[in-house]
Amino acid sequence: MATRAASVSATDVVRQNLRGKKFSFGGIVFEAFLLLMLLTALAILVTLIADIVAGALPVFRERGVVDFVTSPLSLAGDTAGVSTAILGSVSLTAIVALVSFPIGIGAAIYLEEYASDNRVTRFIGTNIRNLAGVPSIVYGLLGLAVIVELVDVIGLGGPGTTNGRNVVAAGLTMAILVLPIVIITATEALRAVPSSIREAGFGVGATRWEVIRHHVLPSAAPGILTGTILTLARAFGETAPLLLIGVATGFFSAGAGASFFDQLTGKYTALPVVVFSWSRQPTEGFQDNLAPAAIIVLLVVLFTANAAAVLLRNRYERKW
Amino acid sequence: MTTGSLTTDLTGNRARRRKENVIRKVFFLAAAFSIIVSVAIVLSLVGEAWNFVSQVEVASLWELGWFPRRGLYDIPTIIIATLLIAGVAMLVAVPLGLGAAIYLSEFARPRLRRLLKPIIEVLAGIPSVVLGFFALVWISPQIVQRFSSAGVFSMAAAGIGVGILTTPLVASVSEDAMRAVPMSLREASYGLGANKSTTVRRVVFPAAISGIVASLILGVSRAIGETMVVFMAGGAVGGSLRNFDVLEPGQTMTAAMASLAIGTDQVAGEGLAFQSLFFVGLLLFLMTLALNAVSDRFVRRVREKY
Repeated sequence: MATRAASVSATDVVRQNLRGKKFSFGGIVFEAFLLLMLLTALAILVTLIADIVAGALPVFRERGVVDFVTSPLSLAGDTAGVSTAILGSVSLTAIVALVSFPIGIGAAIYLEEYASDNRVTRFIGTNIRNLAGVPSIVYGLLGLAVIVELVDVIGLGGPGTTNGRNVVAAGLTMAILVLPIVIITATEALRAVPSSIREAGFGVGATRWEVIRHHVLPSAAPGILTGTILTLARAFGETAPLLLIGVATGFFSAGAGASFFDQLTGKYTALPVVVFSWSRQPTEGFQDNLAPAAIIVLLVVLFTANAAAVLLRNRYERKW
Repeated sequence: MTTGSLTTDLTGNRARRRKENVIRKVFFLAAAFSIIVSVAIVLSLVGEAWNFVSQVEVASLWELGWFPRRGLYDIPTIIIATLLIAGVAMLVAVPLGLGAAIYLSEFARPRLRRLLKPIIEVLAGIPSVVLGFFALVWISPQIVQRFSSAGVFSMAAAGIGVGILTTPLVASVSEDAMRAVPMSLREASYGLGANKSTTVRRVVFPAAISGIVASLILGVSRAIGETMVVFMAGGAVGGSLRNFDVLEPGQTMTAAMASLAIGTDQVAGEGLAFQSLFFVGLLLFLMTLALNAVSDRFVRRVREKY
């Protein structure tokens, strides 16, 4: 009798558990908390952008975007613009691309296509991962101690008292800074190419380089390109190492009559550095409006680059 | 006769093979360049750091405060500030980063995930100088000064800024770790009658713990190495006394280096300020290297398990 009662109630419990909707208060609180964290991140992002847009709006409204983007640096708040900084950032990024892409992609090709899994290869791999984790300011020290001197010694030191503290040294430093990331993303893109592609190439008698050149690289190109665009965006927004290797943080004039060579090897500044120096400028309008306006220009460039990378990946990425 | 012709056939084109060898060597040089970079970093840091250590008055290394321009190099001052700011940063980055990661990996349906994931990705793309500006003109007055008596520059404001900067890193590494946990573990848990949140807390989280710990260590490493936010919002540009209060201004190791470098011209003639830059850089390099090595080990443990 007792067992029968127990079994009935057990059946009821099971039935209820299977049918009834389970309501777990703790579970809902937990999920709500997690969602709240994610929404907090969103709120921070929205606040950040709204605050900066609000600060920048007067500048763009009164002077127009074109005027702000095409005016050179100035100490006067109503005429200061970012053309000098854009020029510096663009030449810096170009040098980064010219130096870091060939070396980075070459290194990735070696590690992924040529190297056998031996101690030297593993050491190089570990070394690259470690380099990727080194804080950017330490690369600034490398630039200060080695690259600036090197640039001066080989005759690219520039006019006057520049002594190698120019965009060439900055570009080389930044290229070394992003090199590990270029290698890692390019390696991943190469790894995504299935080995059957390579084997087919070897099967018809192609050498390893011919296989890479005609089959692996074209297949991996979208992935490599996406990664490298993101890397350039990173270099474009990086500030700290530049401060160490003598970027101009104040006002300077490039000199109207300076030759192209003098301009390239002379004083320079970059967009993120202008953001930095304007946000500590006590003069009226610099911190409140001009710095946000420069940030908007910086963010537009970076978001465009990111969007381009994503589009490129979605458009050309092949699923094997 | 037949064997002879066969051998010549298999040798193939000599020039083609030579070209192949040259190309291989060029690519090897590209890969080996990373080692040259590492050696150059270590040598340049160690060289000047050694000059600093051998010439500095030992007593000035842990007394009074960090005022490099007056010959006072109290290293503990900037290490304390570095750790305090990293601590504040983790108070922000751990709940935000882990919370976002758990939600995206376990709770969000694919369509919602596609909608919400970009929040983290866009946040990751914001340069540190922009967050430094935000920490200075918004976080400091709207959050820190509203709830405390801190001034414009404070380690708290800088720490919150660094925390926001670190959040995407913590989120992406720990999300990867949780997504690597095999579905069968979750299904077994559901099979025993556990609900979603129990499964996440009792099964998925412990299974992914190595990766989650790795993400936190990486976050600390990133926070320690971050320069611009601290430099712009942390204050104490000229130097500071030893101080444990996050509501006060403070200079981290990175900010100390940046502020020394900004005035390089004045510094050049003054004692060991220039050399101290490299000594601090070497310390920072060793700290982040150790943290990254530890987190690498944790990540590898996840990979081996599944």
